[in-house]
Amino acid sequence: MAEFLIETIGLPAWLAWTCIAGLSAVLILNVIAGGALVFIWAERKIAARIQDRLGPTRTGGRFGWLQSLADGIKLLAKEDLMPDGADALLFRLAPYVSFCASFCAFIALPFAFDTVGQRLNVGVFFVVAVLGLEVFGVILAGYASASKWSLFGAMREAAQVVSYEVPLGMCVVVPVMLAGSMDLVTIGEKQAGWATNWFIFHDPFTFVIFWVYCTCAIASVNRAPFDLAEAESELVAGFHTEYSGLRWSFFFMAEYGSMFLVSALAAILFLGGWNGPIPVSELLGLSDGVSATDPFALRIVGCMNLFLKATAGVLLMMWIRWTLPRLRIDQVMTTCLKYCTPIAAAMFLGVMLWQLFLPGGLVAGSFRAAASVREGWLEQSYRKKSVDEESLSVKTLSRHVFEVSR
Amino acid sequence: MNQASFGVSVSLFASIDWHGFFFVLFAAIACVAALMVVLSDNVVRMALHLVLSLGATAGLFFLAGAEFVGAMQLMIYVGGTLVLLVFGVMLTAQTQLVSLRTPAGDRVIASILAAALFAVLVQAAFSIDSWQKPGQGMVSAPTATPLGMALVGVRVDQHAEEGLLEPKGGYLLPFEIVSVHLLVVLIGAAYLARAKRRRVPRPVDLVASVDSVEPTSSGDSPATILSGGSK
Repeated sequence: MAEFLIETIGLPAWLAWTCIAGLSAVLILNVIAGGALVFIWAERKIAARIQDRLGPTRTGGRFGWLQSLADGIKLLAKEDLMPDGADALLFRLAPYVSFCASFCAFIALPFAFDTVGQRLNVGVFFVVAVLGLEVFGVILAGYASASKWSLFGAMREAAQVVSYEVPLGMCVVVPVMLAGSMDLVTIGEKQAGWATNWFIFHDPFTFVIFWVYCTCAIASVNRAPFDLAEAESELVAGFHTEYSGLRWSFFFMAEYGSMFLVSALAAILFLGGWNGPIPVSELLGLSDGVSATDPFALRIVGCMNLFLKATAGVLLMMWIRWTLPRLRIDQVMTTCLKYCTPIAAAMFLGVMLWQLFLPGGLVAGSFRAAASVREGWLEQSYRKKSVDEESLSVKTLSRHVFEVSR
Repeated sequence: MNQASFGVSVSLFASIDWHGFFFVLFAAIACVAALMVVLSDNVVRMALHLVLSLGATAGLFFLAGAEFVGAMQLMIYVGGTLVLLVFGVMLTAQTQLVSLRTPAGDRVIASILAAALFAVLVQAAFSIDSWQKPGQGMVSAPTATPLGMALVGVRVDQHAEEGLLEPKGGYLLPFEIVSVHLLVVLIGAAYLARAKRRRVPRPVDLVASVDSVEPTSSGDSPATILSGGSK
């Protein structure tokens, strides 16, 4: 796109790059802020449906679809209060820390093929690392508020997030292993084609680990049933008890931003990313999976695919929130340490073995397994001969890697 | 703004070396925040400044194209400071520890140590023959793949030219040693933090332990033993 600006319009390079950087930042910001508006409305309607109520009905005509905007205006007009004993600097800083962490993670998140803020070689790792920083804002808020409720909420959140990072990391490693890359764009590209290519359907282990990922993701963004940090029946509102107005809404935007982020990450890692369940564009001959006749239209479609999947994930989180009761802190820890971590570790081993013996997914892998059993007998006679060639192939592999790394 | 000044400002804007600008920005944040860690007397603010400093260092790594190291920096150092912050908050929940004063003697020792380290670092920085700047923007070199290959014993960075015949070196053994070490530490921590089973002491032990324990010593020893014995 920057090349387009430089060549066609004739902007100087620095201005073109600055424009593109600004445009990307604004787009990502709009995904978070606009998403939060829609999701808050959706959350109210879904909560109302599940609890047999109506929810917002009047604002903006039907369905109360302007309710979030009205709330936003109300929040803007609210007085910005700070408790007397609060640590003023940290109290003011905390919401921005939370929001920035949520925002930064979106930089490395691809929305369609070649549509990514900054394509990072270690995209998955970056997103998970930055996502863990959101808890900083929460702890700062809890400490700076000079309130026992806030402090309790922050401590709970810290304990929960630190322990859930372990199984979350293990779940994230599995698609990385299947794709052979930590680059989110590559992981998405590997799942192109029919829905059977999606990593969730790769083998039974990945299907299980997807649900472990969902559990850990909900816990790491502090949604019910893991919302101990803001348990309203015990802690008033937890870490944001003392916040009001726009600062409070920054916490909310950060929360909805990271909900969308972990859902989009789940979509990219397990659910095919920006590839639809049916490769329509390839069947119509518009693209061959790598290049396309009209890449821009395909990018738009890819974005829509990813947004649909991520929104489905967010709606699933809302459904769970309004269905399940809140866990106690010991139950939260039990879920993490006794269930999520061992299951994730076992599934990780399982995927590794599956990849070793039946590479290429459930359907193709089974066929290949049957074929390889038959060929195994034939192969055994060649085994002795191929030992020398094998050592040769290790050399060529390492040389190839060296050249790539250059 | 008239035409001339607009042109001047545009040319000034264009002449900025963005890579250098961000390098100086991140380096300044890292240095100033590191100073603030030393100068502030509130544990939580210290932790916050430490986070800033380490985060800016991660930014420098990203700027140099070492994405993996940068993400590692964020994950380990910044994430590890999180736990430090938690402990800071727990400590400062008591009022006498809200502000930490460093005694003057400690300041002297610390400044001597810091000056020595600074001298070593300056000497190391100036001993490099020529600093080279990476290209504009981020270099998209795959930093993770050579690291992974090195972990399993193929050092693509070292002996590629001399034929890769023997996959020597590598980091597999150090990695394994470190992980076993960490496992030992984990088991030790779990042992120390385990739920202690109440052992009812025999009367002989009880008398012996009460004799041995100083009556002024605080903590749980005499009281717990007595209460445990009486039950």
